[in-house]
Amino acid sequence: MAAYLEQLVNGLVLGSIIGLIALGYTMVYGVIQLINFAHGEVFMVGAYASLACYLWILPPDLAGTWYIALPAMILFGSLVAALLAIAMERFAYRPLRGAPRLAPLITALGVSVFLQEVVRLFFPDAKQAKPYPTPFIEGGITVHLGDGQFTIAYIRILLVVVAIGLAALLQLYISRSRMGRAMRAIANDPDTARLMGINPDRIIVWTFVIGAVLAGVAGVFYGGYQNTINTDMGFQNGIFAFTAAVLGGIGSIRGAVVGAMIIGVVKTIAGQLPFLGGTQYDYVWIFVVLIFMLVFRPQGFFGETERVRA
Amino acid sequence: MSELLEVRGLSVAYGAIEAVRDVSFTVHAGQIVSLIGSNGAGKTTILRTISGLLRPKAGEILFQGTPIHALPAHTVLGMGIAQCPEGRRLFARMTVEENLQLGAYVRRDDGIQADIDKVYDLFPVLGERRHNKAGLFSGGEQQMLAIGRALMCKPRLLMLDEPSMGLSPIMTQRIFDTVAELRDLGTTVLLVEQNALAALALSDQAYVIDLGRTTLHGTGHELLADSRVRAAYLGEEVA
Ligand SMILES: Nc1ncnc2c1ncn2[C@@H]1O[C@H](COP(=O)(O)OP(=O)(O)OP(=O)(O)O)[C@@H](O)[C@H]1O
Ligand SMILES: [Mg+2]
Repeated sequence: MAAYLEQLVNGLVLGSIIGLIALGYTMVYGVIQLINFAHGEVFMVGAYASLACYLWILPPDLAGTWYIALPAMILFGSLVAALLAIAMERFAYRPLRGAPRLAPLITALGVSVFLQEVVRLFFPDAKQAKPYPTPFIEGGITVHLGDGQFTIAYIRILLVVVAIGLAALLQLYISRSRMGRAMRAIANDPDTARLMGINPDRIIVWTFVIGAVLAGVAGVFYGGYQNTINTDMGFQNGIFAFTAAVLGGIGSIRGAVVGAMIIGVVKTIAGQLPFLGGTQYDYVWIFVVLIFMLVFRPQGFFGETERVRA
Repeated sequence: MSELLEVRGLSVAYGAIEAVRDVSFTVHAGQIVSLIGSNGAGKTTILRTISGLLRPKAGEILFQGTPIHALPAHTVLGMGIAQCPEGRRLFARMTVEENLQLGAYVRRDDGIQADIDKVYDLFPVLGERRHNKAGLFSGGEQQMLAIGRALMCKPRLLMLDEPSMGLSPIMTQRIFDTVAELRDLGTTVLLVEQNALAALALSDQAYVIDLGRTTLHGTGHELLADSRVRAAYLGEEVA
């Protein structure tokens, strides 16, 4: 029993990472109906940038102090991710606005490959797993259940809280702030939004930046709890995050989080159950869930009502 | 009398289709100026070009003497030219209040809420249902909201594209009364209408647009009396 509860917790932890990434997919799609398939790489670059900060920017005597190292790494990772997103939007996607949908999709693939290669310039052996420091408070909470017990590391608890907290803040931002209204206006009717004096370029860049910052945060936590990072992490988790966004109803903030939690839990629980094939087949079940969703409710959980396109 | 807006030799094309050809007209501050003309004459195209949503093929548009025809739409709005577009184009899934807040998007002052309340005074039905989604309102109510939204940026020039479309005669009269009030309060209005009779009666100046060209120009009353206008737009037999 304790083992399953532990896997459930692990699922929520994985879901939190996926959810932070999924928010970027869903935001950009919600505002300009673009699936930014390079978004997973933004997450990967954020993780490597935070590692670079730890290795090369933070003075060694500060790098061991978690309450300095962690914020510094999150800040730097998110900053690099944001700058990357700005450049990506400006040079890869903006020239293609209004082009057929296939064009930005192919561009995204190109951007992904490009970014992986750029990271390899800085970390030549990046194909292999790269050790990632744990700039977090050590230890955790031990849960006793019947005759079993397990420990939930503080970093994992912090991750879940941060992910859900940021998603809630984002929801609030979109529904209440002036900028959030402008995003919804662009999503609804871009021409009329322009007649309100809204500069679409500015809103779209800002949408990319928000997604990138969340991906940067996810990158640091991912490294922190996996203890290694590699250049494939962006593709893999990007696919999970995209699936989560579709599952929840792309365009919906709440949907991205719920979809991500479902995927995290399905993956870890399926990995625990031998008759489902164990960890070798855990990916399969994610896509089984997705296929069921697409057949029976193609708009996802929150697809119709609660999207950025409100 | 100062010229607020001047359109000179404007031509606009959609690909090979030339929708507006060599159109010129002037809007003086404090007036209501209308553009009338039948379906497909090019009226909406002219307004969209003034707002910066379309680029002219030839000609120029001057606002207070400054060329604006190469500026992006958000800059044009920032200079004080608001448009209430054809078909209202409300943000249907947002509330009345959010639509009005979007109208005030470029403003940074703290008088926005007071101006929203003014719109509610002007159109009480909007105030009573301020938290309802705009898409749930009737056509006339939506038109009020669309006008209110365009007023929220405190425009120097308000452009209205067929505000009477789909409205009952009573509602149309209310909208036109409101337009006259706005002019009396100092807003300059460029009005596009199919309802030529009501528009001309209200207008200080009017232009007839036909097949993308300006064909006639005069005061509202002159055009109301013009036999060609009466024949073409008011459905009378030519004497
Ligand atoms: N997006 C477009 N693409 C191609 N042609 C267009 C487009 N929009 C308008 N047109 C054409 O341009 C011409 C002028 O259209 P416009 O909408 O400006 O007319 P209008 O005077 O506003 O008509 P109405 O009174 O029916 O609203 C028409 O022949 C129309 O078919
Ligand atoms: Mg029209």
